[in-house]
Amino acid sequence: MANPKIKITNLNLYYEDVHALKDINLEIYPNEILGIIGPANSGKSSLLRAINRLAELDGAVIQGKIELDGTDTRELPVNELRRRVGLIFAAPVVLPGSIYKNITYGPRMHNRYTKKELDELVYFSLTSAGLWDEVKDRLFDSASSLSGGQQQRLCIARTIALKPEVIMMDEPCSGLDPISTAKIEKTMLELKERFTFILVTNNTKQAARVSTRTAFFLNGELIEVAPTETLFTSPKDKRTNDYIVGRFG
Amino acid sequence: MTFRIGPRTSQIIAYTFLLACTIIVIAILLFIIGFIFKNGFGKLSWNFLTENTKAMGKEGGIFPSIIGTLLVTFVAIIIAAPLGIGSALYLTEYTKGGWIRRIISFGADCLAGVPSIIFGLFGFIFFVITLKLGWSILSGGLTLAVMILPTIIRTSEEAIKAVPRAYREISYSLGVGKIDTIIRIVLPTAFPGIATGIILGIGRAVSETAAVIFTAGSSLNIPTSLLSSTRTLAVHFYILAREGISMPNAYGTATVLIIIILLINFIAYRLMHRFIARYY
Repeated sequence: MANPKIKITNLNLYYEDVHALKDINLEIYPNEILGIIGPANSGKSSLLRAINRLAELDGAVIQGKIELDGTDTRELPVNELRRRVGLIFAAPVVLPGSIYKNITYGPRMHNRYTKKELDELVYFSLTSAGLWDEVKDRLFDSASSLSGGQQQRLCIARTIALKPEVIMMDEPCSGLDPISTAKIEKTMLELKERFTFILVTNNTKQAARVSTRTAFFLNGELIEVAPTETLFTSPKDKRTNDYIVGRFG
Repeated sequence: MTFRIGPRTSQIIAYTFLLACTIIVIAILLFIIGFIFKNGFGKLSWNFLTENTKAMGKEGGIFPSIIGTLLVTFVAIIIAAPLGIGSALYLTEYTKGGWIRRIISFGADCLAGVPSIIFGLFGFIFFVITLKLGWSILSGGLTLAVMILPTIIRTSEEAIKAVPRAYREISYSLGVGKIDTIIRIVLPTAFPGIATGIILGIGRAVSETAAVIFTAGSSLNIPTSLLSSTRTLAVHFYILAREGISMPNAYGTATVLIIIILLINFIAYRLMHRFIARYY
């Protein structure tokens, strides 16, 4: 197998007296979709926030090592790390301002662009997120006028505009209807060629539908990780089996 | 036999009560403004606005006081707004709750309740005498700045705190640094609230009497520099009325003062709306 895109070694994360992640060892490979499933409070979101170093802002204490392409993430400039590793939140939150401005906000903070380059970037990002046809006539309307599903795809476009390498999604479809969910899943499968995905989801079926490999977290521990088909048909651990057949969680 | 008020009746009572409150409030406001305008509007003329004051205010216009009022208020806002917004940003974005923030917030609340004459006395002793600024526009403006600072800090703080945390997290997760996030996302989103605080501050500064009479003095000359003494409209009105110099001119001055306050608020709201329209 290729070199891991992200390599997590002996990761422990504490929020004051809560031990949120326990001895996590996990590798994420280029161009895969790694699904992460598990009940609430199992540490899934904390893992994503540890990877892009957002957890530090909440006062989390982190031990262990997270590497991006073999470089310790603590040695990368934090803004550069977050540009390369995008994060999509559960609730789609658009920034105040137009659709156009939502997409160009991030890139303009990293580079200088001409008007034409920005237009192309907006086109590229919205097309990638499967939103272009729906919004091409109202790019300068307020982004909050979009529907929930469209807003979430705008959030994805906003991240794509930064030309990231990894896109992490934290329950991206939790508030969306089945049709919007299907559109986002389709988008992910199309983008897999270009990006590496980490998909945290409460919906085990979603993990089964789109992820290449799936990891099961429980109470801050990584119980097991395996190719999706293997994990769902013959899990090694009894707890994984109990969770996917819906016995708890 | 029990007496019960049905839901329909209680709705009607509540509605009537609330309507009555609103009408009384508006009536009081209109009565005061109407009273001043009725007595002062006839005094208004181009000459009254543009002529120098003569015979201690018995004759002539109020031009020097209009200029003095605008300058003193301008100095106060130019100093208090950046300081107030800056410290509100520090308190909300760079301290994590904690005791520093509680002490400063408590101090600001206390200061906001201190009578303005105390600020006047402080300004007199500190700016006028100790710093040797004399009775001047600068002393008056600085004193007013200190006086309105708590209002601006507190309103800005509330406005900044009301900016959704998610906006900041999204900005960070797009690889945008803290200070850029504050400038590009937090401040524009909080702007309407901050502007409200500044408008309140302007209102207080324009109409302040006690704090200004001690610090800017009561000269009737047209100010030539920030170190000139001046007599603001509120002070001029106070002196005219109290010394019994000229009641018609006092009402005329009050009318101009009210119109200036309305104008400033109107312009500030217009600017605010234009700003919001650009950002949203």
